[in-house]
Amino acid sequence: MSAETIATIWAFLIATAVFLYVVMDGFDLGIGILFPWMQDREDRDIAVNTVAPVWDGNETWLILGGGGLFAVFPLAYATILPALYMPLIVMLLALVFRGVAFEMRFRAESDSQRRFWDWSFSGGSIAAAFTQGIALGALVQGIQVEDRAYAGGWWDWLTAYSLFTGVALVAGYGLLGASWLVWKTEGGLQERARDLARVLGLVTLLFIAAVSAIMPFLLPEFRARWFSFPTILLALPVPVLLVLLAVRFFRALEPTPAREAEAARAPDPRLPPEAPPRPTGRVIWHDSVPFFCALGFFLLSYVGLGISMWPLIVPPEITIWDAAAPASTQLFLLVGAAVLLPIILAYTGYVYWIFRGKVRAGEGYH
Amino acid sequence: MLWDAFPSALDLARFQFAFTVTFHFIFPAFTIGLASYLAVLEGLWLWTKREVYLDVFRFWLKIFAVAFAMGVVSGIVMSYQFGTNWSVFADRTAPVLGPLLGYEVLTAFFLEAGFLGVMLFGLGRVGKGLHFTATCLVAIGTLISGFWILSANSWMHTPAGYSIAPDGRFMPEDWWAIVFNPSFPLRFLHTITGAYLTTAMIIGAVAAWHLLRERLRAGMAVPAERLNERAKVMFSMAMWMAAAVAPVQAVFGDLQGLLAFRYQPQKVAAMEGHWETQRGAPLILFGFPDMEREETRMAVSIPRLGSLILTHEWDGEVRGLKAFPPEQRPTNVPLVFWSFRIMVAMGVLMIALGLISLWLRWKGRLYTTPWFLRFAIAMGPSGLIAVTFGWITTEAGRQPYTVYNLLTTAESVSPIAAPAVATSLAMFIVVYFVVFGAGTWYLFRLFGKTPAAHESDIAAEEPIRTAGITPAPQVARRGASGPGRHTVEQRG
Repeated sequence: MSAETIATIWAFLIATAVFLYVVMDGFDLGIGILFPWMQDREDRDIAVNTVAPVWDGNETWLILGGGGLFAVFPLAYATILPALYMPLIVMLLALVFRGVAFEMRFRAESDSQRRFWDWSFSGGSIAAAFTQGIALGALVQGIQVEDRAYAGGWWDWLTAYSLFTGVALVAGYGLLGASWLVWKTEGGLQERARDLARVLGLVTLLFIAAVSAIMPFLLPEFRARWFSFPTILLALPVPVLLVLLAVRFFRALEPTPAREAEAARAPDPRLPPEAPPRPTGRVIWHDSVPFFCALGFFLLSYVGLGISMWPLIVPPEITIWDAAAPASTQLFLLVGAAVLLPIILAYTGYVYWIFRGKVRAGEGYH
Repeated sequence: MLWDAFPSALDLARFQFAFTVTFHFIFPAFTIGLASYLAVLEGLWLWTKREVYLDVFRFWLKIFAVAFAMGVVSGIVMSYQFGTNWSVFADRTAPVLGPLLGYEVLTAFFLEAGFLGVMLFGLGRVGKGLHFTATCLVAIGTLISGFWILSANSWMHTPAGYSIAPDGRFMPEDWWAIVFNPSFPLRFLHTITGAYLTTAMIIGAVAAWHLLRERLRAGMAVPAERLNERAKVMFSMAMWMAAAVAPVQAVFGDLQGLLAFRYQPQKVAAMEGHWETQRGAPLILFGFPDMEREETRMAVSIPRLGSLILTHEWDGEVRGLKAFPPEQRPTNVPLVFWSFRIMVAMGVLMIALGLISLWLRWKGRLYTTPWFLRFAIAMGPSGLIAVTFGWITTEAGRQPYTVYNLLTTAESVSPIAAPAVATSLAMFIVVYFVVFGAGTWYLFRLFGKTPAAHESDIAAEEPIRTAGITPAPQVARRGASGPGRHTVEQRG
């Protein structure tokens, strides 16, 4: 394999890792983002319990994104991170707060302590999402590099556009969180999550439209990509699919005959009378559709971003091939990644399977 | 001018790294050993069927959950700090060190994070065998993580298997030589053993505290048979660990010192407080290394022992700091000198603890000797102190380089203005003290809870019911047929 081919493979792998991070930590950060709209303590506990067994694995994709960038695109790592110094430091500290809050919420010994950790969880999640959005916006606007080092100032990341993408990502993660709760919970909490998902779905779609509309005008390279023939043939399906998916998303949030039938079903005689009937696989399937549609929004936006940036890794100038580590480095890690990533995906999927189904109150954590 | 007194961006970045890594390592130093301990406990429970092991397992599992979470979040910070604050180092060394960190994520972090959820919350959801597998995978994950990160760290001390490109980047030539660089195997053994001892010291102290408290509450000596069974099991296991492993650790430490003497003589000279090159060098026990006057003042020393330890010869030559130009010497000799002594002192105390425990065990008074229980309580933090100061010795001794003799720390730093680094440093200090202060407080609360028979599980306070996809009757049958499974599905 040539060095260019290996670097191209790695670019796809790193992009995949970042995307997996975005969708997985996206929904668990989303739970924290939605905390202000979930005042009931039991609701909050259920919501946190839906992600408690998996959040740590979700966040590991962020380390793979950072570690992978260091290993295979070191020039990108060594220029993007100093350029985004402040937003990244704030993001890391925010993740510290909300990460420990998972444990501390349940260890709290008084209401004031619990409020502090709830606040940490929520504030940390919002700040992490916001700074990640800022980082994305600042990256696509371009980073000034001279002589293999960042050459800008420490406030360069702060622009109207990066703040805008920051808010957009908070809304987007909130949407993932809300639609995750539609999937994983029932009753009043699920109804509230449905309402939130409707609003956030609309807001997120508007943000996607606005960010996409501005993006081609940030750099001439982006514009060339989108408005030239034949690239436009490749790019055109993206907005079309997004519209179709949006329709599916909002329809899936309506109650359906399957659900009504479920509600009318006679209670299970083996269960105590006060317990609501156990949802069937069909209901769970139906409740999962909004979440997967929301993932679709993210995937299509991400593909759109990829079409704009390819093959740049640090706009406006550095391509993936400029930033690549020597071929022997990339190959050494690629051999392991080719074996290990499928295994990781398999056991991650298995862990999700173990913790499948709806989570109910008092269900056993801590 | 006030501005002149403001530390440079380099000093601030160094302090920030030292602060965050020191804070971070406290948690893995504890959880590496604790994960293995939990695996052993669960294995003993499955093997002997004695409920006491499960109770001890559950007692420490809750503590593990809190400590591990703090290790994870403080570790994410580390993986980004190479780029944010040490971007030149990152750019130059990434071709060599990048894959080592990449493999750490792929082989260790995912394994730990993936199965941690099963380990913490899965005891009611999966079978015993699978749960034990998850516990073992988490424990193995912590060791694999140590393997890669210590390989990378060791390469910075004893670089091997590389060439240097015209633009100054290190290029990999021989991966085997890189991963198994000269100082790696011993550093791995020394660090993992240190982590095991750290855990043993904490477990021993917690157990001793509970044993002593029972006595104080009863107002008289309680016979050993009536003491808390869980506390006795913990205490006994911890003291076996101290007795068996603390002396071995001294041997590893000695061998590592010899290795450093060969590859990093300046560091060893600073550890020993030697300025002059001499044959038959003394072993300086205490003294005050003075960098201005280039001598160790008020040294208390044993003649010739220094040469004997380092060269295994009565008359061996030991090079002093003056044999090296000042810009190649460690930048803070007293720090290296004193940190080393603190580590060694802790090691000696641990060996003493282990030996005394053997004597008392033989006499049948291991659980009932108050002064010894107090000693064990006082030794609780000794492992953490030893690993922390051991790391300060080795890392401060590596200065003024990041990659020994090849890349200086001053060259490695990111082009970031001092005010930015000062701001981030201040934020780190505030957040770490609040978050980890609170976390440590909760840890102490958990330490203080009496380890009970039928200790509740993190997850088992309420049996977990899989609502949803699995059809109810089938699950109810399975729950009823498997006595070992928590009676899943039958409530709710």
